[in-house]
Amino acid sequence: MALEKRSNFAHLTVAVPFLWLALFFLLPFLIVFKISLSDDAVAQPPYGPVFSLGEGWTVLRDKLAQLDLENYAFVLGDWLYIYSYLQSLLLAALATAILVLVGYPVAYAIARSPRGLRPVLLLLVILPFFTSFLIRVYAWIGILSREGLLNQLLISFGAISQPLEILSTNLAVVIGMVYSYFPFMVLPLYAALERMDDSLLEAAADLGATPSQAFWRVTVPVSAPGIVAGALLCFIPAVGEFVIPDLLGGSDTQMIGRTVWNEFAVNRSWSVSSALAILILLVLLVPILIYQRMQLRELESR
Amino acid sequence: MAMRKGLSPVTVTALAGGLAFLYVPLILLVIYSFNDSRLVTVWGGWSTRWYLGLLHNQALMDAAWVSLKVATVAATLATILGTLAALALVRAGAFRGRTLFAGLVYAPLVMPEVITGLALLLLFVAIDFDRGFWTVALAHVTFTMCFVAVIVQSRLLTFDYSLEEAALDLGATPFRAFFSVTLPVILPAVAAGWLLAFTLSLDDLVIANFTAGPGNTTLPMRIYSQVRLGVTPEVNAISTVFIVVITAVVLAASLAMKWQQEKIESR
Repeated sequence: MALEKRSNFAHLTVAVPFLWLALFFLLPFLIVFKISLSDDAVAQPPYGPVFSLGEGWTVLRDKLAQLDLENYAFVLGDWLYIYSYLQSLLLAALATAILVLVGYPVAYAIARSPRGLRPVLLLLVILPFFTSFLIRVYAWIGILSREGLLNQLLISFGAISQPLEILSTNLAVVIGMVYSYFPFMVLPLYAALERMDDSLLEAAADLGATPSQAFWRVTVPVSAPGIVAGALLCFIPAVGEFVIPDLLGGSDTQMIGRTVWNEFAVNRSWSVSSALAILILLVLLVPILIYQRMQLRELESR
Repeated sequence: MAMRKGLSPVTVTALAGGLAFLYVPLILLVIYSFNDSRLVTVWGGWSTRWYLGLLHNQALMDAAWVSLKVATVAATLATILGTLAALALVRAGAFRGRTLFAGLVYAPLVMPEVITGLALLLLFVAIDFDRGFWTVALAHVTFTMCFVAVIVQSRLLTFDYSLEEAALDLGATPFRAFFSVTLPVILPAVAAGWLLAFTLSLDDLVIANFTAGPGNTTLPMRIYSQVRLGVTPEVNAISTVFIVVITAVVLAASLAMKWQQEKIESR
């Protein structure tokens, strides 16, 4: 009796969010895919063919026959688009690598700090994440610009005589990404390090390992899932980043998120922007699936 | 061994460096919002005139109002849906389509916003849903509910069911058992989820840019169009207000949750 009642409730908890996500997350991607196979049209909506309910079989067949891979051929045949994908992957990978190097010592220090202090330190790391992303990126414009604070500081110390050109370069984009995604890297790393069993380190020490050997051969491997989770959490959204390259990047910054937006808003080509989006998804499919599997395993492990 | 457990000079330096990296840009931003000079990079003495200017910037005030409305509606719906999703993931057992469902919950966490925004816009166009307040709100519900689900899920994983089972055995309906036994315990996580959803919605630029209709310009969209024109003390002032309000709310919420937690533990 209780079991049956509970299963009705369980059905409800599954059905409602499932339907929501199917309607507002899964279905939209199917529509993007369909539009990526369509052609641009001077119409409302600006693509064709448009399917509607209640059409005859022959009409439907004609329209289906109009769908093709033309947009994909166009995108893949244009070196500028390929460059855009490669640059996005490269800059995101570079930022992720720096994030691991910068985030690991911080996460490690928090995990090693006194138990009572940890929630405070964690809150300090998370707090900037709550304040606006846009504002955090904006803060760097004032620091990195030609007349910005960094150049003023370096010139007043006599370190440089000419201001450095950092804003509007890919370097500024990487700095912006490292800054913005920092909490996303520290949190999973901290979670992995905090769970680590200290007796492992004691065993290593008893077996004659130096602290640095113990660190590289015990701590780092044990925290590997945290490194992977943090890296995916930063890398995947960074590849499609729009705000950071738009505000901090220059004319040679052609990251794909910005390209999709330009194709959509400036060139008004919905079909090409859809094809670009589907290609990003294809590139990111493997990392996304790994991330989902890790989350699911985490769920099952407890 | 105390040596490994404690903080060495190296780890303290790492921590201080990391926190400085996080906070120095924000502190500079706040300081320069009080700059009397219109040139942001030249210090012209202290002034609060940019703050007074904000109050007379009607477009900005309208955008802030739109954002607050969207964020309140989106966070509330997202909290309900996200909590249900967390219950489904942790409690519903192995139902058919569970892997797909989990995928749908976790994918929006990492999905580049440009793609989510484009996809939602194309959905709204395909079903002929005019862009406006509700399209932004629904879009925000969809991506923020997944963050709520993750937060509530981690709380549910450490939750002891025996209490709820006792309530069910005593004849409570599952709804009643949920509201009187489970919900009070997971409430801090649900509240944290609401707060995160609220700030994510308040902060979103890209998805709103795709899905907002004319007349529903949100605060980030307004700030963004001002930022594109360059760094001005006025934008610094808006940013400072934003930072102060959010910081105060988050600190108050975390103190409240700590207090709530202690109350539960002392029982």
